[in-house]
Amino acid sequence: MRTATLRTGAVAIAMLGLLDACGAADTPSSAATSSTPGATAVCQGTTANPGYTNGIANQPSQATSLSGAGSTFVAPMMSVWTSGYAAKGVQVAYQSIGSGGGIKQVQSGTVDFGDSDAYMKDSDIALAKGPILQVPLVLAPVVVTYNLPGVTTALKLDGETVGKIFAGQITSWDDPAIKSQNSGVSLPTLPIATVHRSDGSGTTDIFTDFLTKESPSWVTALGGATKSRGKTVAWPSGIGGKGNEGVSGAVGQTSGAIGYVELGYALTQHLSYADVKNKSGAYIEPCNQTVLAASSGVTYPADLRFDLTDASDTHAYPITGTTWALIYQNQTSASKAAALLNFFSWVLTSGQDQTSSVNYQPLGKDLQRKCIDQLKKMTLNGQPIVQ
Amino acid sequence: MSAQSDLTARVTRPRGRVTQWVGGDGLFRAVVTLCSAVVLVTIVAMVIFLLVQGFDAIRHYGFFSFLTSARWAPSEADPTQSSPNPYGILQFIYGTLITSLIAMLLAVPVAVAVALYITNFAPLRLRRGLSSLVDLLAAVPSVVYGFWGIFALIPALKPIGDFLAATLGKIPIIGVAFSGPYFGYSYFTAGVVLAIMVLPIIAAVCREIFATTATSWKEAATALGATPWEVARVAVYRPSRTGILGASILGLGRALGETIAVTMVIGNSVLAINKSILGQGATMASVIANEFTEATEPFHLQALFVVGFWLLIVALIVNVIARRIVAAQAAR
Repeated sequence: MRTATLRTGAVAIAMLGLLDACGAADTPSSAATSSTPGATAVCQGTTANPGYTNGIANQPSQATSLSGAGSTFVAPMMSVWTSGYAAKGVQVAYQSIGSGGGIKQVQSGTVDFGDSDAYMKDSDIALAKGPILQVPLVLAPVVVTYNLPGVTTALKLDGETVGKIFAGQITSWDDPAIKSQNSGVSLPTLPIATVHRSDGSGTTDIFTDFLTKESPSWVTALGGATKSRGKTVAWPSGIGGKGNEGVSGAVGQTSGAIGYVELGYALTQHLSYADVKNKSGAYIEPCNQTVLAASSGVTYPADLRFDLTDASDTHAYPITGTTWALIYQNQTSASKAAALLNFFSWVLTSGQDQTSSVNYQPLGKDLQRKCIDQLKKMTLNGQPIVQ
Repeated sequence: MSAQSDLTARVTRPRGRVTQWVGGDGLFRAVVTLCSAVVLVTIVAMVIFLLVQGFDAIRHYGFFSFLTSARWAPSEADPTQSSPNPYGILQFIYGTLITSLIAMLLAVPVAVAVALYITNFAPLRLRRGLSSLVDLLAAVPSVVYGFWGIFALIPALKPIGDFLAATLGKIPIIGVAFSGPYFGYSYFTAGVVLAIMVLPIIAAVCREIFATTATSWKEAATALGATPWEVARVAVYRPSRTGILGASILGLGRALGETIAVTMVIGNSVLAINKSILGQGATMASVIANEFTEATEPFHLQALFVVGFWLLIVALIVNVIARRIVAAQAAR
């Protein structure tokens, strides 16, 4: 069973605040058991920390605190950043209340920044007090995790099969659709218990975005592409768990269960997860390299609102997402504006070197540069801050 | 003489003090009245608050439209369409009632037995310890019950659930209520967790009631040659029936509104009424807990307030019915 003990250990160390464990996080996992030579080879070896140095010059600021709220998906990452950044004399208080809550608080202006795993749509921005800068902060895979006693190799699943499972159309693990992709694996005759998020979630948005692109059966079952993707969808069947913790807990406790969580949760709970078939037809294991591959070769729009699911790169893990910081473009307080610029510039440069300690992936080079450019658009009472 | 004066002194002194506090009675009365008024005002204010908060959804979809469907699909809400209402709540009402019913069926007999044992059968030295243990159960936070439910109770109930699905589930007609597969997260598990949570409340009240039954009755019954079992039945249980019902109402109140523990083990399926108690469902409280932080669809948050409103109404109706039953029992 693939549980990547090494990386899990790194998480525990990082939680203790020993952030220097980043390097260890990149040691090859025990995933070598995967039988796809191509995918495994990609995930082996270490990836160097990006070491970005193109940050914005430090802005003088009197502010000693910043407040943020939003995504729970990014919360473990944010806690590493905020504790690291506290050494610079600025306390960043981040409330992990959910992406929807983050957007709401930004709209009402009760926080200095928000964070959401689904970007703000035009209708969301219309309710805000002005234009919003949406800045991607990290990449992370959503993994298809399962609990199958006796199955020790990573299962291979394509989008259509996953879609049919979550639509309640494949109900047993020995279904021909699963068997045909996993020759050599003895699949038990066990009913499938699907586990999904019961609360609205950016993780769900990323996962259902992938299903909508790859599984016609899923789209039909949900009644069309507009209804089959979102932070909440009308799940036709299954168990609802609250939060990533709820889903990973339910999968871990229920034999025959399948669910979707952010990678870090699967690793800490020692859950198995599947290699998922990508657009170019390869079964891909989620790891640093394959997630980074999903973000390469993408043409990013100017407002940085994009989806990374189902990317065309041959090594791309298809269920990859990001999380966006939400900041008002026009700030009214000089010290707050400077503090925000300093913090996010740090997050996008030095902060990126800490991502793998909590199993997130740093932004690719192209994307990171665009994010810095996005930050530079911030204004103070209509005047540009960074020349 | 001195004894006489001492006596009068003792009597007159407090009397003098009372007369100094003329108006104290009125003040006391006012304070007490105010306190009870606060309770009433709070309830009324809460109903008004829920209705006001949910008003947009009620105006858009119609007051009773929420009760005409058992399908809750916020993602299908469309601000330009008012029918069909995507926020059906019948399945939540069903979930709340069925889990509470399972809890009461399991908890009341056990609670009565526990209370009887403590008051009539347990060795004196054990009684105090046992009482505190039962009270301690009531002090366990509900989120702990939820955790315990997931990690201890579900694995323990798995063979029972599988057995029910394999036996009762195969019988025609009633089998629908027990059909599998049983994955653990279900109405049934939620009911069992609730049973354990309401048990100490019911047991503690029953214990007090049983302790106040007339000793003379027990002695009389014993003198007539009744066995301990008969004494408990005739002299303790019989006269306490009204009290037991009252205790059960207290427990029921907790079961109806319990949120986190239920949310963690019920499986949170919101799309239909699941006919099998071994299947997943949701309660009115659990859907609010699950969705209010991310209620971003059109009328989503407002619809959750409507759920809250109906939860209050259902709780009130159940309480009124239960009180009627108690009154009828007491009149007998």
